[in-house]
Amino acid sequence: MSRNPYVRPISTTTWYMRNGRYKVYVLRELTSFLVMFYSFLTIYGLAALAASAERWDTFLASQQSTAMIVFHGVALLYFLFFQTFPWFKLAPKAMPVQMGEKKLPDSYIIIGHYIAWLGVSVFILWLAGAF
Amino acid sequence: MSTQTRQMELEVMRYDPEKDDAPWFQTYSVPCMEDWVILDAINYVKDNLDTTLAYRWSCHMMVCGSCGMMVNGEPSLTCKTFIRDLPDKVRIEPLENFPIERDLVVVLDDVMQKLHQVQPYIIRKDDPPAEDKEYIQSRGALAKFKQLTMCINCMCCYAACPQYALNKDFIGPAALALAHRYNRDNRDQGKSDRLDILADHDGVWDCSFVGACSEVCPKHVDPAAAIQQMKVDGALEFWKQKMGIPGDKS
Amino acid sequence: MAIAKKAVVWGLFAAGGTLTSFVFPALIALFLLIATGNVPEGLQFDQIRTFAMSWLGKACLFIVLFLSVWHAAHRLRVVAHDFGIRKDALVANAVYTIAAIGTVLAAFYLLMIS
Repeated sequence: MSRNPYVRPISTTTWYMRNGRYKVYVLRELTSFLVMFYSFLTIYGLAALAASAERWDTFLASQQSTAMIVFHGVALLYFLFFQTFPWFKLAPKAMPVQMGEKKLPDSYIIIGHYIAWLGVSVFILWLAGAF
Repeated sequence: MSTQTRQMELEVMRYDPEKDDAPWFQTYSVPCMEDWVILDAINYVKDNLDTTLAYRWSCHMMVCGSCGMMVNGEPSLTCKTFIRDLPDKVRIEPLENFPIERDLVVVLDDVMQKLHQVQPYIIRKDDPPAEDKEYIQSRGALAKFKQLTMCINCMCCYAACPQYALNKDFIGPAALALAHRYNRDNRDQGKSDRLDILADHDGVWDCSFVGACSEVCPKHVDPAAAIQQMKVDGALEFWKQKMGIPGDKS
Repeated sequence: MAIAKKAVVWGLFAAGGTLTSFVFPALIALFLLIATGNVPEGLQFDQIRTFAMSWLGKACLFIVLFLSVWHAAHRLRVVAHDFGIRKDALVANAVYTIAAIGTVLAAFYLLMIS
């Protein structure tokens, strides 16, 4: 009997449409565009800050529009649910803490991350004078 | 025990290497007992409806790893997939990302070769005399890698991994989990031996932590976690070498 | 040596990912506040400039921006691969160049603030 193995073709561009798990992964990875965007937006702000008070105020004014409110609002939610929270959920996997025969439960590490995140966020917002 | 049967429709992928140009689907109507697993339904087909159906199975108790197949698009161990968790219509295909040999049988040569590549055995740098060759291992030391020993080589992880789907050179979840099993075994001193394979660009770095492998693993080996730990090790190892700190002897 | 390079960029990616996960929500929230017209006290010119003039302020801002762009760059490289763009060397050079530009610009403007 002769062998004739069949290789099933796979689309390198749309493979992730096959199931929900892959779609969530791709949405998670696409948050990297947001990271790049906000990094450069911040750098743009620094350029204005380095130039003059007028340039800084112009920069602030340029951010003020309904469109930007919607954009930043959506970006915030997208970032939280597809970057920050998934990152916290996966963190324990990379850092197993052995205690004798047992392992520190993942939930401890995840909750620790949430507490630290709340602390850092509150600190940054307080530092910026948001309240 | 209830003797009620549930009529299920199995849409099974067929492929005859000598006759077919491409795989096709054949539907079988199977009267199933409530407590069956999908493997029981496939066995019913083989015994009563179509003896030509080719597939792998053996232990029927989740230890041999033979019966992995795609069940409604999900890589599954068919002896562990209960029909009570499935709809009446079930699509059964051979494990994704592997060439089809015949019907539900796939070609596993690639993965078998990769398992060998990671040198999955205790490697010693010293050679103690026979009287001293007993290696004491505490329960705590065993706990560090015991989960990783549970792999039954069913290859559901490779069927789930999109990076393996996109690049067959990727060494893959099971092989990497196996390497990590030995690296974390305190009797082993072969970490540096395995480093070349793992640090290669088709080693751990091809993994983008999709995590599908761990989600489908029927034995909860968590290969995704193993790979991330190896990435951390690899990154730290690089800086240790740069700073002249002696790396792990083991 | 591809081995060494991947270990380094992954390290930056992991550090950047951790940092951005913690810090970016607050950062985006600040942009959101600015967009609504309620510019917080600390982001008025004098205040934020004082912060950016201090070496601690400069260090914080630089580290965040540096790790963020390198994290995003490495991730975009993987995204390109996942979307079928297989010319990895080309993509890698492109994204890491963007990250390098971001790094240089961040350093340049931060140093300019004095």
